[in-house]
Amino acid sequence: MRRSYPANVKLIRVPCTGRVDEVHFLKAFEQGIDGVYVAGCLEGECHFLRGNLRAKKRVGHVKRILTALGINPERLQMYNLSAAMGGRFVEIAQEMTEKVRALGPSPVKTGQGREFIEEQGEGKKR
Amino acid sequence: MAGKRKREAGGAKKVGAVLVVGGGIGGMQASLDLANAGYKVYVVERSTAIGGRMAQLDKTFPTNDCSMCTLSPKLIEVDKHLSIDIITNAEVESLEGEPGNFQVRVSKQPRFIDLEECNGCGDCMEVCPVALPSEFEEGLADRKAVFKAYPQATPNAVAISKLNRPPCVLTCPANVNCQGYVALIAAGKFKEALDLIRERNPLPSVCGRICHHPCEAVCNRGEIDEPVAINPLKRFVADYMRVHPSEEEEEKPVIDPAKPRVAIVGAGPAGLTAARGLALLGYPVTIFEALPGAGGMLLAGVPPYRMPKDILGHDIEKILKLGIELRTNVRIGKDLSLEDLRRDGYQAIFLGVGLQRSMNLPIAGMDFEGVLWGIEFLRSVNLGKEVRIAPRVAVIGGGNTAIDAARTAARMGAEEVLLLYRRTRVEMPASFEEVEAAEAEGVTLHFLVDPVRIMGEGGKVKGIECRKMRLGEPDESGRKRPIPIEGSEFLIEAGSVIVAIGQAPDLAWAEDVGLQLTAQGTLPVDPLTLETAVKGVFAGGDIVLGPRYAIEAIAQGHEAAISINRYLRGDDLRADREKKEMEPALAPEREFERQPRAKTSKLPVRERRGNFHEVELTISEQEAVAEAKRCLNCGLCSECLQCVAACGAQAIDHYMLPEEIVLDVGAVILTPGYEPFDPRLKGGYGYGRFDNVITGMEFERILSASGPYQGHVHRPSDGQEPKKVAWIQCVGSRDVTVGRDYCSSVCCMYATKEAIMAIDHVPGLEATIFYNDIRAHGKGFEYYYESAKNNYGVRYRRGIISTITEDPKTKNLRLRYLADNGRIKEEKFNLVVLSTGLVPSPGTKELAERLEIGLDRFGFAATGSFLPNRSSQPGIYAAGVFEKPMDIPETVMGASSAAALAMEELADVRGTMVVEKQYPPERDVKDEEPRVGVFVCRCGTNIARVVDVPSVAEYSKTLPNVVYAEENIYTCSTDTQARIINAIKEHGVNRVVVASCTPRTHEPLFQDTLREAGLNKYLFEMANIRDQCSWVHATHPQEATEKAKDLVRMAAANAALLEPLERQRISIRKRALVIGGGLAGMTAALSFAEQGFEVSLVEREVELGGNMRHIHYALSGQDPQAFLQELIGKVMAHPSIQVITNAEVVDHEGIQGNFSTGVMIAPAMTYRRVEHGVAVLATGGEEYKPTEYLYGQHPRVITQMELEGRIARGELDPKELGRVVMIQCVGARTKERPSCSRICCAIAIKNALKLKELVPDLDIHVLYRDIRTYGLLEQYYTRARGQGVSFTRYLPERRPKVQGADERVTIKVWDDALRRNLIIEADLLVLSAAIIPGENEELAAMFKVQRTLEGAYLEVHMKLRPVDFAREGLYMCGLAHAPKLMDETISQAQAAVARAATLLAKDEIEVGGVVARVDSELCAACLICVRACPYAVPVICQDGYSVIDPAKCQGCGNCAAECPQRAIQLQHYRDVQLIAKVTALAQEQMNAI
Repeated sequence: MRRSYPANVKLIRVPCTGRVDEVHFLKAFEQGIDGVYVAGCLEGECHFLRGNLRAKKRVGHVKRILTALGINPERLQMYNLSAAMGGRFVEIAQEMTEKVRALGPSPVKTGQGREFIEEQGEGKKR
Repeated sequence: MAGKRKREAGGAKKVGAVLVVGGGIGGMQASLDLANAGYKVYVVERSTAIGGRMAQLDKTFPTNDCSMCTLSPKLIEVDKHLSIDIITNAEVESLEGEPGNFQVRVSKQPRFIDLEECNGCGDCMEVCPVALPSEFEEGLADRKAVFKAYPQATPNAVAISKLNRPPCVLTCPANVNCQGYVALIAAGKFKEALDLIRERNPLPSVCGRICHHPCEAVCNRGEIDEPVAINPLKRFVADYMRVHPSEEEEEKPVIDPAKPRVAIVGAGPAGLTAARGLALLGYPVTIFEALPGAGGMLLAGVPPYRMPKDILGHDIEKILKLGIELRTNVRIGKDLSLEDLRRDGYQAIFLGVGLQRSMNLPIAGMDFEGVLWGIEFLRSVNLGKEVRIAPRVAVIGGGNTAIDAARTAARMGAEEVLLLYRRTRVEMPASFEEVEAAEAEGVTLHFLVDPVRIMGEGGKVKGIECRKMRLGEPDESGRKRPIPIEGSEFLIEAGSVIVAIGQAPDLAWAEDVGLQLTAQGTLPVDPLTLETAVKGVFAGGDIVLGPRYAIEAIAQGHEAAISINRYLRGDDLRADREKKEMEPALAPEREFERQPRAKTSKLPVRERRGNFHEVELTISEQEAVAEAKRCLNCGLCSECLQCVAACGAQAIDHYMLPEEIVLDVGAVILTPGYEPFDPRLKGGYGYGRFDNVITGMEFERILSASGPYQGHVHRPSDGQEPKKVAWIQCVGSRDVTVGRDYCSSVCCMYATKEAIMAIDHVPGLEATIFYNDIRAHGKGFEYYYESAKNNYGVRYRRGIISTITEDPKTKNLRLRYLADNGRIKEEKFNLVVLSTGLVPSPGTKELAERLEIGLDRFGFAATGSFLPNRSSQPGIYAAGVFEKPMDIPETVMGASSAAALAMEELADVRGTMVVEKQYPPERDVKDEEPRVGVFVCRCGTNIARVVDVPSVAEYSKTLPNVVYAEENIYTCSTDTQARIINAIKEHGVNRVVVASCTPRTHEPLFQDTLREAGLNKYLFEMANIRDQCSWVHATHPQEATEKAKDLVRMAAANAALLEPLERQRISIRKRALVIGGGLAGMTAALSFAEQGFEVSLVEREVELGGNMRHIHYALSGQDPQAFLQELIGKVMAHPSIQVITNAEVVDHEGIQGNFSTGVMIAPAMTYRRVEHGVAVLATGGEEYKPTEYLYGQHPRVITQMELEGRIARGELDPKELGRVVMIQCVGARTKERPSCSRICCAIAIKNALKLKELVPDLDIHVLYRDIRTYGLLEQYYTRARGQGVSFTRYLPERRPKVQGADERVTIKVWDDALRRNLIIEADLLVLSAAIIPGENEELAAMFKVQRTLEGAYLEVHMKLRPVDFAREGLYMCGLAHAPKLMDETISQAQAAVARAATLLAKDEIEVGGVVARVDSELCAACLICVRACPYAVPVICQDGYSVIDPAKCQGCGNCAAECPQRAIQLQHYRDVQLIAKVTALAQEQMNAI
C-alpha cells in the first residue's frame, strides 16, 4: 500500500509483544526517546494466545512508573491491530506522533525535571 | 532424453518426482507435502504467479482471517523450497508412460523476463506506458503491460503480457512501432516516443505531415468509433520535441573510419534511411546528391504548404549529425561514375535516385511555350527558381503530383486552375484529403476529360483540345477503363498547361554499367536483399518500386542497410529475412466508451492564397495526450522498450520464445481450480450493463485493503459508499438453465462473510442476502451464519431474484421479491453483489482430453465412489474444485490426500530426486571480535530514488564494529551473494547486516548465503529501509535517508551482539500410531503402510469398521459393506500394520518424532507401549440419541441410522407404510449444539430415495430448515423432488409438534410458504439426528490437544491446516473432526497421512534456534514461566530449576519477559540486544541536543 506515515516512527521487531519487557520501555525513556508504543495483534487473536494481553498489562504498569517519575504516561501506548490493517497502522503512527509532538521533547532529554504530576498523588503529598 | 533411456534399460523404473498442475492453494499444499516428504515437485501454472483464487480473497470464513496473510507464508515456502520448481506461463501438452514413470511435455509461453535476474523491484512497471485491466483486481483497477499479478506474487518477478503485434505496426511498411509511441504519448513521454519512432523512421516530422498512414486504415479503434489519429500524433511529438529539444541522450556519431566506406546515391528518404542505418553501425557513409540540398522528392516534390522546408531540414540535420557526409550538386552518371566511386574506395553503393522526370504525354503541341512538366515544375518552384505561369492554368493528371501542381499554381497567383482527369473522382490516385483541399482552394476539377492535343498560337499555349470519356469495364489496375466518346471534342482555354501524369527515371547511364531497367522504367533488384544485377550495388525507393510513398522508401532504406552491412561483413544476405505472415492482434474483448477522434485544424482557405504557409496545423499537447489514450493497446505490450531501459538487472528480453520442457515424473496431481461463473449468461441481472451489479469476487477485491479502492467500500458507478447492499445467491449454481444444476458449496458462506465485512467497513450498512437455502454445512459455519444475523444484523430473505432493473439516474437497483405478506415487493439497493458459483477453469476440458482422464457432465474430474482424489487414470490424482465445488480447507485436505496417493505410488523412490544442499562447516566465531559487514540495497530505484543510498553506505562505515560496507543495485542478486561471501572471507566479517527490504521474504535467502560462507545463519540482521523508508516516506527523501541511517545503526548495534545459535538434531521414530479403527483410521493406517511406514492401529471395540458397519447403501449406488470388508481385509493382511483391537489408550508422552503411548488391551488387560513418531486421532463420532419428538417413547419414531439398518436387515417392510415423515436438524443447529451436522440432509434423501425405490408411491414428507445438499449432492435432491418426495420448510422458532397414537404419529407443522399449519399423519417418523463426536475427552487431555465447545477436535488453522493439531506430530481425521461423508473421510484420512509423512520421511528434525533458554543458576523455580507459557513447555526439574525443551518451545518469549529473575532469555531477542537497539536509536536524539 506504501501509505505515508511520519518518518520519526521506527520499528523494533519482536516475535510477540509478549516478549517486550518493562525494562525495554524504561531503557528507551532513559535514553531520551520521546514516545514508545507497542503494536500488538488484535485482542483474542494472539498467535501465542495471551502475549498481547501480557504486553498490555506491562504497558499499564510502566505508565504508572512513568507517572511516578514525572514523565507523562501518555508517552507510552499500546495499540492492537492486525497485519492486514495498513490504514490503521498509519493512523496510529500519526496519532502517536501528534501526541508526542504536543508533549514536546522528553524531560529526560531536556533535563527540565518533572513534566507531569499526578494530581491525586501529588495532592496527597502536599 | 533421460526418461526414455531409463525406460529402455530398466522397464518401469519409478521416478521420485511429481508433477502438480495448478498453483493455487491446492497445488501449493500438495507440492509442500510432497517436497517435505522427500519428493521432487514441478508445479506447472498457467498464469504468471502461483497463489490462485485464494490470493484474490479479502478475508476467509468462518474466522475472518486475512486471506493473503495466511497464504503468503505458504507462497514463500513454495518459492524457497529447494525441491519445488515453479514453472509459470505453462501448460501440460501431453503425457506418456505409466504410473511411476511418466514423461510429460510442458509448453511454456514466454514471460519475456529472466526469472534468474528479475528481483521484482517494479521499476519497469513504473515506466511502462500501457495500462491494462488487472485480472487480479477483476478489472476494477489497471495494471501495466509489464506487471506483477499482485504484490506478493510468487515467483517474485514481473511478466509481460504480449499478444500478436497490432495491425498498425504490421501494416506500416517500415513497421514503425505505432502502438508504442502512441502509448508513450499517452503517458506524456514525448522524448521517448520520438526516439521510438526514429528507430524505424528517421523522418518523423516529415512523415507526420505527408504520410498516407495505412496504419490508421487498419486501426481496430475504427470498429468502435474512429481510428486513432496515429499520424497527427507522430507529427505532434516530432514538432513538440523540435520546439522543446532535449539535451540528454542526443544520438552520438559512432563512425569507425577503419570500416569500409559506403556511397549512397540520392539523398531521398531511402538513401537517408540507409545512410543512417549504416552510420549507426559505424560505417563511414557519403551521400551524393544531384540537387543543391538533401531530401529528394521531399525537397523537390512536396510543396512547402504541405511540409515547410525547415522542418525537412530539421529531420535531415538529425540524420547527418551521425557523421554522414553529404555531397550536393553531384550527379552520378554525369559528374562521377559508379566506377569512380569504387575507385574512391566505396565498397558498397546504394542507389536511391528516385524517379526524377515526368512521364511524357504523347500528344501534339507539347513543345509550345507554356507547357510545363509536373515534377520539373514543382522542383523549380520548390528550389526557388523563377517560374512563370499564366492566369489560367490547366493541370493534366489525377495523382498527388497533379494536385500539388494545381495547388502550387493557385498559390503562385493563377486566377483560375483547372484539373483535367480522364476518369472520375473515385478513380483518382491522389489522396482524398488533398483533392478536397484543392477544391477548397478554388481548383476546378474536370472529370472524364482526355487531352487530344495542345493548341498554341505564336508558339505559346492557348488551350487544350479535349474529348469526353466514359467509363468501361475495369482494366488490369482494377479501375474502370476510360473510353473516348466519338465526336465529343471540345476546347479548354489555358495559358499554362502542366502535365502530371506520372514519373519516370532519369538513368540514361544505367545500361552502360550493366543495370537494365524494366519496361516500367524501374530498376530490378532481388526483392529480399535489394541487390541489383551488379554485385555490391543495391537500390531502393521509387527507382525500384515506382512512384510510391516516403514510408515505403524508408522501409527499403532499412533493408538496404541490413544487406550492405551483411555484404561488407561477408555474411549471407538472405538468411532469416523471409517476412513471416503475422496475424495482427484483434481489438481487446471488452467494452470501450465511444470517444471521437481529435480533429486537426487547418489554415483558413482565405489565408492560403499568395503564400506557401503550412495548411495543416499540429494538435495541442492536451489533444495529443487525450487522443493517444484512445488507443486500445491491441498488442498489450507495445514493445516501447522503456522497461528494458529501466531494468537495472537486465532481466527483460522481448525476444523470448516459447519453450518446450520434458519432465520425468512418477505421478501427476491436477489442481487446475475454478473460475467464477460468468453472470453475463444470466442476462436478467444486468451484469455488464448496470455499473452497480458486481460479482462476489469483485466485492472481495473492493473489500481488500490492497484492492482497487484501498479497502474503502465504494460502488463502481460514482464511488459513493453504498448504504444498502443486496446479495443474490445461486447465480450459476443450482440452475439447470445454464447447465449448472449443482451447488457451488461456498457462496452462502462467502456472501455471509462479505456482508459482515461490508458492515464492518461501513457502519450502518444494511445487508440483505436473497437465498434458496443457506448452506452453512462446514465446521463452525452455522455459528458464523447465526452471528451474521444476530450480531451484525445481516438480513436473510428466502427467494431468488430473477431480474434486476436500474434507475438510470441514481444507478440504484430495483429488486422485486415475494414479501412475507405474500405480495410482490420492490426494494431499492445501492449495490447488488451476485454470488457467482464455481465453474471449472478454462482449459480444464482440453487438459483432461490431453491426459485422457474422464470428466463429469459439468466438467469436474470424474472420481469414483470411495476413491476420492483418484482420476480415471492410474497415477493421476485430482484435488480442489477440479474434483467438485468445495471450500479452502476441503481443497487443502484433498491436495494432501492426493499427495498421499502419490507417495503410496512412489514409496520405493522417496528421497531419490531431492538434493540436500551441502554447506561448509561453520566457522567458530566465539573468540572473534564482532566484525560487521553492511550491505545497503538500492533495489533498482525502489530505495535509491528516495533514500540517498551512497550516504547510508558511507555512514555505515562510521558505526562501531562495522569493518565493511557497500551499496548494491540489488543486494538479493546472485552476484551480490558472491560479494557477501567474499566480504566474509576477505574482510573477516563475522556478522552481516543487509539494509534492504523485508525479512519476511528475504531473510531466508541471506541466511543461506551466510551458511554458504561458513557462518551460523543467526549472525544475520536486516534493516528494512524499503518498506519502512523509501516506500512510506517517498515525499520526504531527507527524512527517509536519516531514518535509513537510524535503522542501519540499530541493526549494526544488534548485530554486534548476535550469537551463533545451535539447532539440535533429534532422530525420528518411524512408526505411526492411529487411534480409531473406523473408516478414517483404517484408511490412514493403510496409507501409512502403503508408503512403507510401520503402523499401530488401536481400536477400542473388538472389531474394526466403526460407524461404517451401519451404512448399508450409498447415494452413488456403491455397496459400502463390500468396500468395508475389503478394507478390513487389506488392513488385517498388511504386514506393516499392527492391529490392536479391544484396546484403550491409557498414557502418552513425548514430542513430535518421539512419542510413546501406552495401550491397555482387554480382556486380559495387558499393557503395551507403542513408540511412534506421529499419531493420527480418528476416534470417530456417533449419532445423537434424540430426546425430542417422542423418540424412545413411541415405537414409530426412529432415527435415520435405525431406518437404514431396518431396511437393510429386512426388519421393516416399506410396503406396509403409507406415509413416512422425516424431520431434519434433530439435535443440530440448536442452542445447545449450534453446529450443522452437514450430512443429515443427504442421508435423509438417500433413505427417501431408497424407500421410493422399494415402494414408488410411498408418501414421504421431509420437514427441513435448509436442505444442505452441497456440491454435487444437489443432483440427488433434485431427483428426490422429481420422484415426488415432498419437502416442507419449518421455522426453527416453530418446530414441528409430534403426537403419538397406537400405530401412528401425528405431526403438526407450520408451513411458512403456504402460511398455514399442516397436520400429517405418518406410519413412521424418522429423525435426522445430529452426528456428534465420540467420547474423546480423556484422550484429548492425554494428548494435550484442543477441542471445540462441542467436543470435536480443533485443528490448528481452520483453512490451511485442517488436519493438524496445534501440537506438532499429531493429526486428525474422520467424524471426530467434524461430520462428513465417506468420501470426505477417506480424503481427510489420506491427508492426515500425507501431513504425517512430512515428518516420518525425515531421519531427524532440527529443533532449537530462536527458543528460550534458562540460566539454572539464576532460576528460583517460581513457576511464573510455567504459567506464562502458552504451550506448557517449561517444567521444574528434579534439581529445582526450570527446563525449557528446545524441541517444544515456539519462541514467543513470553516467559523471558515474565521471569522476575531474568533467568530466561529468548535467543536472538535477548534483553541486551533489544536494549542495544533502543540505545542505538536514542543515540542520535541525545546527540541532537
